[in-house]
Amino acid sequence: MSSPSLDLRASKSGGETGFRGLALAAGAFVLVILGAIAIVTTSKAWPTFRLMGLDFFTTKRWSATDRIYGATAFIFGTIVSSLIALILAVPVSIGIALFTTQIVPAKFRKPVIYAVDLLAVIPSVVFGLWGINVLAPKMDGFYKLMNRTFHGIPVLNKLFGPSAGGKSFFTAGIILALMITPIISSLSREIVDTCPPGEREGALALGATQWEMIRGVVIPHSKGGLVGAIMLGLGRAMGETIAATLVIGSSPQITANLFGAGNSMPAFIASQWGEADTSTKSALIALAVTLFLITLVVNIVATRTVARSQLRSAGGR
Amino acid sequence: MATTSLGLRESSAPLDLAAQGGWRSIKNRLMSGLLFLSFLVVMIPLLFVLAAVVSRGAKVMGWSFLTKDIAPIERRPGGGVGPAIVGTLVVTGLATLLATPLGIMGAVFLNEYSAKGIFGRIVRFMANVMTGVPSVVMGLFIYVIFTLTFKQRGVGGSLALACLMLPIIIRTTEEMLKLVPNYLREASLALGTSKARTIVTVVLPAALPGIISGALLAVARAAGETAPLLFTIGAAKSLQINPFADEAMTALPLQIYGNASSSFPAAQARGWGAALTLLLLSFLFTLIARLVSARFATKR
Repeated sequence: MSSPSLDLRASKSGGETGFRGLALAAGAFVLVILGAIAIVTTSKAWPTFRLMGLDFFTTKRWSATDRIYGATAFIFGTIVSSLIALILAVPVSIGIALFTTQIVPAKFRKPVIYAVDLLAVIPSVVFGLWGINVLAPKMDGFYKLMNRTFHGIPVLNKLFGPSAGGKSFFTAGIILALMITPIISSLSREIVDTCPPGEREGALALGATQWEMIRGVVIPHSKGGLVGAIMLGLGRAMGETIAATLVIGSSPQITANLFGAGNSMPAFIASQWGEADTSTKSALIALAVTLFLITLVVNIVATRTVARSQLRSAGGR
Repeated sequence: MATTSLGLRESSAPLDLAAQGGWRSIKNRLMSGLLFLSFLVVMIPLLFVLAAVVSRGAKVMGWSFLTKDIAPIERRPGGGVGPAIVGTLVVTGLATLLATPLGIMGAVFLNEYSAKGIFGRIVRFMANVMTGVPSVVMGLFIYVIFTLTFKQRGVGGSLALACLMLPIIIRTTEEMLKLVPNYLREASLALGTSKARTIVTVVLPAALPGIISGALLAVARAAGETAPLLFTIGAAKSLQINPFADEAMTALPLQIYGNASSSFPAAQARGWGAALTLLLLSFLFTLIARLVSARFATKR
């Protein structure tokens, strides 16, 4: 019996290399897009960078009529609102991650995770709509109360200054916190989950309570990854546009007053784009380039941190 | 050594077993309670948001709201979000058609061809970084590179959304490809099938439900994006289906954004109605994704 002649070499046809090339091109496309974003936006923003020089980053004033474009107030607003969001979101997110992985009984685990993930399904503009119409008016009263309570106390009376009608850095921070909580908590959950069960059970076997096991084994094990997850959340908060546009108050000021109105880079771009002339558009794109570079650095450092910690736990040291 | 890195360095010294049931047990309950509280703290605003959207959106919701043109005069009641629903479906649909094949091929490259290679590692890393590119930057980028020259409003919006979806699809697809057992690949290759054919006829079908579910989650996220559409598709009041035309379209997020800061109750009501519509749409996509992946999980 002669088997049909199998020509193995024939299978390495043009289709094979073509498919491989296609896959390679698709992968390389990611790099192309990222490179193109940097080049295209920077070239459009170039007139502004030429006009303002490095003063673009240090000038507080932004006046389209005087052709003065300063990003400082917007960078300030972006950083302050994102930091408030982090301060609110980090303990809660890590708490949720530990709760879902260590505390909750196995049968409730999935529903709890779904419930938290629901937050990620709600579009940012819906958070904005809620923030401006429901949360901001409610917070106004709270801000006034805080302002009265901490009236004579140094430092705190600066931070908790007069309320600007509810739309403020702090309101933006709350909305941003709601939006980054599902991101930080799901990343933290993955990281916490890599903690070897042997080490956890070992701690429990030695007589540690659940919490002592978390403190002594889980947290030290996941520290690096958690830092990365927090930084990824920071990157998200800084880039978030629409919700911040609606609730931050649209007033570019640099103030210690957390209850005052401010503005952030993405919020300002989105709100001004409609009525901007050519040179202002260039300035707004310059603002976008600045935002892109800041978030790029944050994301690169964060992704590296997460990847390193995963490598460490996968490699078994 | 694993035993020395137990991490009990700090807490093992003061471990006093005799004290069991005392302060340590109280502290344990207290901290467990706190962790549970962190979950509750997040559920409360979630419920408030959902309740507000449902109760306020329901007031205007109805067949005529879903089908009518955008209200011509802001302060008057009436009108609907018909063009916005169509716009969202068309623009997001086109974005999905663009991003899904590209994302799947990118993931195939990462997992099947360059799992450990230097270039693959760089691409994987940059795809992760790309997930964090602010949507406002993506929108401006597409505005400059595409909308300024080609004027096709809807396509511009789709391109911006596709750029946002691409890294998500790459990541979820790669995770799914990783789950495909190696013996399937080896069996196919052992039969003399080429690698490309193995991927197309064995690996991808095995991972398909997971890939679909990941793509749907990306669609749900893209459908809610506002900023990229702000610079690209404009704001029409009447129906515009053709994304290739130089005519403004509109989408649900844009309608919510436009009405959110309005001082007219009628406009605000339409904003809440649009929010409810968008939320139902996002939930629908997410639900289908969950069902698909749940089926996948039981099959494996």
